[in-house]
Amino acid sequence: MVPLSWYLIVAAGLFCLGLYGVLSRKNMVAILMSVELMLNAININLIAFWRYQDPARIVGQAFAIMVFAVSAAEVAVGLALVISLYRRRKIVIAENVDLMKW
Amino acid sequence: MTPVQVLFIISSLALLGLGFMVVTTRNLVRAALYLIGTLFSVAVVFVLLEASFLAVVQVVVYIGAIAILFIFAVMLTRRVMQDTGSQTNSNWPWAALVALLLFGGLTYILTSWSGSSAEAPALSSQSDMVTELGKALVNPDAYILPFEVASILLLAALIGAVVVAWDRD
Repeated sequence: MVPLSWYLIVAAGLFCLGLYGVLSRKNMVAILMSVELMLNAININLIAFWRYQDPARIVGQAFAIMVFAVSAAEVAVGLALVISLYRRRKIVIAENVDLMKW
Repeated sequence: MTPVQVLFIISSLALLGLGFMVVTTRNLVRAALYLIGTLFSVAVVFVLLEASFLAVVQVVVYIGAIAILFIFAVMLTRRVMQDTGSQTNSNWPWAALVALLLFGGLTYILTSWSGSSAEAPALSSQSDMVTELGKALVNPDAYILPFEVASILLLAALIGAVVVAWDRD
């Protein structure tokens, strides 16, 4: 049997990779990809705790499904913003987005 | 080492390796393909955790919808960002430091936590679990409110994405 800590450490590693990507990447699409990695790490944590603490209560799986829905919504709106910015200003680099700065 | 442990080690090494490639590759189309590999490894981890329904949802929603959306977005915005230049901003050493410190701290906490070596309790039966999940999602005493809120959020995001990406001129 795999101990719970192995799952949690792998999820922590995936989360930190996503964090590095979010902080260091220039391209907005790449930043959104890194956010997806972080959300997947959270899902692994939720399912691991559901499996190891109390599988009879379904709360971990239900919450993971909410995370799926939220991440799908986030990607749809984020990529729509990227495509809109690209179409109007030819921007895909996050640092260059300063339309709301004054 | 049991076969489950070997499978877990293989899938988690693939997960972390492919995840590392996602955040470091210069070519974004390749990064999207590595992302698909990472998501598939996460599905394998779900199977190892005996969450079969979520593994299927992971493949259908993440790989079937979200990864394809990423590939479309990369191809639509490709021309501005050439794949040759630097893909990281000037803060990347700090970002790596923060990520490494966080990982080190989390690993230290998790290895010193006593509950982390807990054994998994036995599962009743797999098909039963999916039925339970489906019932819980539409049960007024359980998660119908979050479920409906998530549906409205998805609808709002759908309309919002269409409005934001609409080409008015």
